[in-house]
Amino acid sequence: MALVIAGVLVVASVVGLPPYPLHIMIVILFWAFTYTGWSLMGRFGLVSLGHGAFMGIGAYVTALLWNYAGMTPWLGIPIALACAMLLAVVVGYPCFRFRITGHYFALVTLALSEVVRQTIIATRDHTGGSLGFTPTPKGNDGTPSIIALQFDEKETWFVIAVVVWLVGLAIWRLVDRSMIRYALDAISEDEDSAAAAGINVTREKLKITMISAVMTALGGALYMQYQLFISPDTVSGIAISLQIVFAVVTGGIFVQLGPTFGAVITLLLAEILRVQIGTDAVGLDNAIYGIALVLFIIFLPKGILGSLIGRFAARRS
Amino acid sequence: MLALSGVDAGYGTFQALFGCTLEVRTGEAVAVIGPNGAGKTTLMRVISGLIPARSGTMTMQDLDLVATPPHNIIRLGIAHVPENRRLFPRMTVEDNLRMGAYIPMARARFGERLEFVYDLFPRMRERRNQLAGTLSGGEQQMCAIGRALMSGPKLLLLDEPSAGLAPVVVERIFELIRVIRERDLTVLIVEQNVQQVLQVVDRAYVLEAGSIRMSGSAQELSDNEEVRRLYMGL
Repeated sequence: MALVIAGVLVVASVVGLPPYPLHIMIVILFWAFTYTGWSLMGRFGLVSLGHGAFMGIGAYVTALLWNYAGMTPWLGIPIALACAMLLAVVVGYPCFRFRITGHYFALVTLALSEVVRQTIIATRDHTGGSLGFTPTPKGNDGTPSIIALQFDEKETWFVIAVVVWLVGLAIWRLVDRSMIRYALDAISEDEDSAAAAGINVTREKLKITMISAVMTALGGALYMQYQLFISPDTVSGIAISLQIVFAVVTGGIFVQLGPTFGAVITLLLAEILRVQIGTDAVGLDNAIYGIALVLFIIFLPKGILGSLIGRFAARRS
Repeated sequence: MLALSGVDAGYGTFQALFGCTLEVRTGEAVAVIGPNGAGKTTLMRVISGLIPARSGTMTMQDLDLVATPPHNIIRLGIAHVPENRRLFPRMTVEDNLRMGAYIPMARARFGERLEFVYDLFPRMRERRNQLAGTLSGGEQQMCAIGRALMSGPKLLLLDEPSAGLAPVVVERIFELIRVIRERDLTVLIVEQNVQQVLQVVDRAYVLEAGSIRMSGSAQELSDNEEVRRLYMGL
């Protein structure tokens, strides 16, 4: 299914789409990858409201290394991912070791996303603070595109986005078919019974948190490379963390294409509302967006795609 | 096989066990009986590492249990059937059993263990694809015992297997414990159903307010005036 969609997308780009729809599709695919990363944890009841932190680290560490140390993103991104993984361990280990679960875990991670945002703002001399940060364009010193990981053609970014998105889906599938899924399902149902069955609860939770954090950080780094501008509000903080959660819940948290579906629905909805209403009634687009999300969550708790698949399966049997 | 000596344990500032000393020998079935709140479940949870022992020693075949994390206890051959079954309710019966064989040495023999459990509990074979949360109380207890047996344990810890079950079902559960004993398993069982449990075990300990008050063979305790009066209502 995913491969079919990918094929259609690639053909569409070769045929030649105007830049605006292409841009929207690239953005959706990058976010879909990030959302898939979040859902790896979310589906096992590890509801993180702090993934904005990992995304911010992915974007800012890569950009800062490029501007101040002249380090190519090919090295900068792995370093940024390692930083995100380290942060995931530093926050995750005590949480899991001391059984901080459910609402308490959500609150800890919520604080985390805000700490990272505030840190970016506080170090404004280097990060540009709330005004945002622009990576040095490759043209300035003639660095080749491939080294700078900056491309002028949207088509190139589109192919990268499709590949990255497919990798995200593949990781989801690998986790879904591995023993770690059984272990985490068991943990989410009964931690004591899981431990008594021989599951190292702390280690399994930490593993999935690290995978999820690294994927989110990669999403942030690539988004930055594509947009060539970041600000604390677009890649970190509570707003971004909640955007991730809402989109996945809307699409479907337990199905492979749920996060992608969520990305399509929420980003298109936000974009259409922004274009249609825009400056006529400031804030109305966000209000409608919010109401729509609340309705989705109340009436389709399994998400749109999750509910559709559920209904289809019920009719078949 | 299992030896506890002077074990203290509790939750926060509350101490539930005071200097518990007991022993289970290979091939034996031993019961711990006592009233509600005596610390029976705590005792089981201490043995399986879910609550740390504050002092005292615990060994399983001469290996130290106190320093062993809970997920490694099962690797030493101890399988715990917790109070109230504690199944994974949204998983199927077979997936619950699969989780019982999670440790690598059991996973390698999954098919063989599964047949063993299905032979023991044919009902579980019929219900293999049903969600565990939708089983009846007695079936859930079978599933919980089956899950514990999947790891191929040497010692089975049973925490109140008869709790919350209808008398007919309780009969069947005790019958199953007899069957399990015939398969060369060592059993440590905690029960409030004193009269019935004393018919299936070799020895028993009486736990009261966190301390072992009495111990003896099942026959001795069945004949004991105090045990008959306090725990059997005779």
